[in-house]
Amino acid sequence: MKSLGSIRRDFAPWNDPDAKPYIAFENVTKRFGDFTAVNNLSLSIYEREFFALLGASGCGKSTLLRMLAGFEEPTAGRILLDGQDLRGIPPYRRPVNMMFQSYALFPHMTVEANIAFGLKQDGMPKPEVDARVAEMLKLVKLEQFTKRKPHQLSGGQRQRVALARSVAKRPKVLLLDEPLGALDKKLREETQFELMDLQQSLGLTFVVVTHDQEEAMTMADRIAILDRGEVMQVATPAEVYEAPASRFVAGFVGNVNMFEGTVAAREANTARITGASGAEIVVENAGEAAAGNAVAFAIRPEKIKVSSRKPEGAANAMEGEVFDLAYLGDMTVYHVKLTDGQVVKASALNSARVTEDPLTWNDRAWISFRPDAGVVLTR
Amino acid sequence: MAETAVSSPSAVAAAQPASASGSLLNAITSRLVIMVPYLWLLFFFLIPFIIVFKISLSQTAIAMPPYVPVLGVGEGISGFLAQLRELGIDNYVWLTEDPLYFNAYVSSVVIAAISTFLALLVGFPVAYGMARAPASIRPTLLMLVILPFWTSFLIRVYAWIGILKPEGLLNQVLLATGIIDQPLVIMNTHAAIFIGIVYSYLPFMILPLYSTLEKMDFSLIEAAQDLGCTPTGAFWKVTFPLALPGVVAGCMLVFIPAVGEFVIPDLLGGSQTLMIGKTLWNEFFANRDWPVSSAVAVILLLLLVVPIMIFQSAQARAQEQGR
Repeated sequence: MKSLGSIRRDFAPWNDPDAKPYIAFENVTKRFGDFTAVNNLSLSIYEREFFALLGASGCGKSTLLRMLAGFEEPTAGRILLDGQDLRGIPPYRRPVNMMFQSYALFPHMTVEANIAFGLKQDGMPKPEVDARVAEMLKLVKLEQFTKRKPHQLSGGQRQRVALARSVAKRPKVLLLDEPLGALDKKLREETQFELMDLQQSLGLTFVVVTHDQEEAMTMADRIAILDRGEVMQVATPAEVYEAPASRFVAGFVGNVNMFEGTVAAREANTARITGASGAEIVVENAGEAAAGNAVAFAIRPEKIKVSSRKPEGAANAMEGEVFDLAYLGDMTVYHVKLTDGQVVKASALNSARVTEDPLTWNDRAWISFRPDAGVVLTR
Repeated sequence: MAETAVSSPSAVAAAQPASASGSLLNAITSRLVIMVPYLWLLFFFLIPFIIVFKISLSQTAIAMPPYVPVLGVGEGISGFLAQLRELGIDNYVWLTEDPLYFNAYVSSVVIAAISTFLALLVGFPVAYGMARAPASIRPTLLMLVILPFWTSFLIRVYAWIGILKPEGLLNQVLLATGIIDQPLVIMNTHAAIFIGIVYSYLPFMILPLYSTLEKMDFSLIEAAQDLGCTPTGAFWKVTFPLALPGVVAGCMLVFIPAVGEFVIPDLLGGSQTLMIGKTLWNEFFANRDWPVSSAVAVILLLLLVVPIMIFQSAQARAQEQGR
């Protein structure tokens, strides 16, 4: 059986036609003056889903989160949470909690008081508050820091306090605004997995906003890619990467090589694409592309093989010369300049210590790829 | 090569005294810099205070200056000691005997406290609004707060007479719009003093409040609301505690000068208002009783500055611990 990438968990309510979305944005528009931050956007998020909103800054992802939290009201459209229209409900009455990008820890309160803050607002009796705070501190491994003030903590510890504070009330939905943005790379990688474990063990719905595609790919069940207030694609990380819906998505997530051309012939699922310079590409998964369409063929660098001789029997092979080369240890990235002048990126995993086909600058080289290695993009 | 090897130790030896003298020079310079404010306090606070304190221990006299003894070493050391023996605490005893002074102190503190509270009520929303205004217009707003200082304080207080008097601007506007049918009596009441003090000292309240509120991260308020706080709750649990240093500073800056204020009660408060600044002014200029007015001033200083200094050092210590 063929599949797009590995399957992380058996959880896909979005494929179930009977599943009811937990959070639904219905034709939501948000304008600030003349600026349209969110433009007629619809989106469904399911219960217990880890959902990521991914986009460059200014794409409207934070506005979506703030509308869900209640800090902004949509200009048009509506937002439903568990079937209830959220319009007019102030932030302090919404069953959602948010972890802020700046953490927004109360500087005049101890770690303990910060975590207990929301529980006390609900009038929870003191013994229960204490028990819940202790539980939260244990969850984020900060038991020794109860009496510290936020400025006495490291960045990573502050992030944990913010997390503990936002999940302490057991919200229906946890909103995370760039939750790992302020951490250094190593800590970020560790925390990604911790967040996933936390989401699994608490069984909450997480909506995370991020500009870091790696972060979104690692953590999320599904990713919505946003651009200028509109959804470009909503799909699992593997689908976003292996089957991007448009040139924008293909270019935004990961590295990609694009060949612009027209569909010369279409037969069943196979298409022949002719480039401007006459090069021909055979694609087995042609999707919607019909003969005569102007399309882009997108292929990821790791799916291109580089060799010094023309590979035998390859469906697609093009000749060029090694234009640039980067040795990264675990892999090598080649920039191959084709005869028509296009530079193609190809990466090869250095799975053996020694190579039988060494290539260096200005060597003649062939690139080749399988007919199902790339996708045809009509948009 | 050999030459450099030989010469380098001597070069090091030569460099050492130079760097030592450099650090000495640095130490002297930094001491000098620190000394400037101390000298300022010595010449413009401590010495005048000692002079006032000495006068408060003297006796009033029809002379020039109007008190005895005038300390000097003209009659030798024994003469100086004889002069010292003439000093006494009679003036302080006098202050306790006439209830006028006690009432004036109490009334001043009460008026200043109410005015400070009113200034806080007016100043806090203004400072908050300024801190949340777009960064581009904040300098303009700050300028507007400071702008009244460009006109003489006395003229501004006089202007209030024109506004508050029975046939003044305020009453005319209110009568013309039909809100009232009898002119309000504000002039020569405590209300006029409150208005005058709040108006005059408002910038001193707004500026420290603004500087603390401006530093505040407003996502804290959103966080509080997100965790279930109503906007009012968020104000009292987050905004106000964080603005407290500014509140304290602003209240001090208004309260301290307001206690000793005499221009405003004199011009707006009429004859029946008792404030210590006015009493002091009367003792000094109307009675020409320098020793008693000095005693009044010394007691005022002890009443105000000493508790405030204790309070501030306690606050500084608390802040040090919090950090």
